Amino acid sequence: MLNEQDHKLLKLIAEDCRLTPKELSIQTGLTSEYIKQRMLDWEKEKVIVSYQPMINWARTGEEKVSALIEVRVLPQRGYGFDKIAKRLQKFTEIKALFLMSGGYDLSLLIEGKTMQDVALFVAEKLAPLEHIQSTATHFVLRRYKQDGVELMGEEETIQRLVVSP
Amino acid sequence: MNRYLASHVAGLPPSGIRKFFDLVATMKDVVSLGVGEPDFVTPWAVRESGIFSLEQGQTMYTSNAGLLELREELSHYLSNSLGLSYEPENEILITTGASEAVDLVMRAVLEPGDVVLVPDPSYVSYAPCAILAGASVRYVPTHAKEDFRLRVEDLSQVYTPNVKLLVLSYPNNPTGAIMRREDLIPIADFVTKHDLLVLADDIYSDLTYDGKHVSFASLPGMHDRTLFVSGFSKSYAMTGWRIGYVAGHADLISGLTKIHQYTMLCAPIMGQIAALEALRSATEAKNDMVTAYDRRRRLMVHGFREMGLDCFEPLGAFYVFPDITKTNLSSEAFAEELLKEEKVAVVPGTAFGPSGEGYIRCSYAYSIEQLQEALKRITNFVARRLSK
Repeated sequence: MLNEQDHKLLKLIAEDCRLTPKELSIQTGLTSEYIKQRMLDWEKEKVIVSYQPMINWARTGEEKVSALIEVRVLPQRGYGFDKIAKRLQKFTEIKALFLMSGGYDLSLLIEGKTMQDVALFVAEKLAPLEHIQSTATHFVLRRYKQDGVELMGEEETIQRLVVSP
Repeated sequence: MNRYLASHVAGLPPSGIRKFFDLVATMKDVVSLGVGEPDFVTPWAVRESGIFSLEQGQTMYTSNAGLLELREELSHYLSNSLGLSYEPENEILITTGASEAVDLVMRAVLEPGDVVLVPDPSYVSYAPCAILAGASVRYVPTHAKEDFRLRVEDLSQVYTPNVKLLVLSYPNNPTGAIMRREDLIPIADFVTKHDLLVLADDIYSDLTYDGKHVSFASLPGMHDRTLFVSGFSKSYAMTGWRIGYVAGHADLISGLTKIHQYTMLCAPIMGQIAALEALRSATEAKNDMVTAYDRRRRLMVHGFREMGLDCFEPLGAFYVFPDITKTNLSSEAFAEELLKEEKVAVVPGTAFGPSGEGYIRCSYAYSIEQLQEALKRITNFVARRLSK
């Protein structure tokens, strides 16, 4: 369990991983040495898994297609869904993979250059796998919000007075 | 037409802030640290509840005291967060911003001949409201070497037998100072000894960075002597909704309500509904804002100290109050020259009272990027002055 100061530090890193230990030190009151050590510890413990910017590819003009795939799986004795999930996560086309409650078992986020790429992946790589009973493919048409960040719409322009009491 | 103005209005000096606002308004590309309101927009769930209330046709008056549901929720909130006990039925009055509450308190309890003690420096409205209520004001100086806390020694120096009301405004605008329990206890003894009433403006009570705020009204025996004023503007980024409140002994609240019912009738209903939603669902959003302010606060204090200026560490509100005397400029001259040379707007400390001389108020209710840009420009300005 994280203490309060570590929780705040980790949230800050999650918000903006470009901040240097010195900048983090100024903004948290913790020493740079402490921050460096904690970051190393967290990297080793896989608490910090990677440092990645969030790219809104739709704005680059580059073609990219995403789809959410609902997958029904026959669970294996002694392994449940973990064995098939471990195998699926090796595919680089699969960007996210979740075990779900409800009407289906696994949820996959797949990315490809074209719809054809995604469809072929599902038809040729995913569906024929042993223990997979069925798939349902839903293409993403537009991203409005991701990881808490609004991607669409005009930014709210705040018009405050320049000076106020 | 000035001859028609009442003498006590004509004689009221314009706000020092207003003068500076007019100057800033003539310039372009100014980086401002002059704003006394959050840069965040009201949390969406709160805004949504206001929109929904309009869709439902909730556009009527409420009772003078405000929606009972809101007063009940406030009563729980004050009890849970500050250990205060107020009856929603007759000890809480919802006002049109905390500013109205300050005005009501002054008008309800003061009369000609009364004196109000006001910490110096502090928010700009206390003295004018007291004067408009017919009373006079004595400033109680506070000092950086005492962390801008109000001290009984300073109170005793300015006390006269016709003092009726003491204003306590902590966390403080403009200094960012807070008062801890041990600082408040001697004040409570002083208040009891001289049979005073206290206007406790706790509007920044949620914005503290080193432990929880202690409300003066929570001290033994101070409940009935205190008119507790607060609002939603600062904690929930709801300045434009204009929802504040005042809580206190039922007899006093009844007096305040008389003025409120004849002059304001009630606070806007959509604002009251939004405030209710803020209490119910915006605690996490509020805490996130406090965390963001804390980062900025540290950045600003570090920035001013790096420039070679003394900067008291503020533990509340969202202002830093650096000492600029090393530059050999007065507060006003510093603010004006900084604006002209580097296009950064700060507010001279003197806008908040005579003890503000030698200081400037910088709000950190801005993004980190804006604050970094402002600090860069101020650093250039200060370096030029210090090398002279």
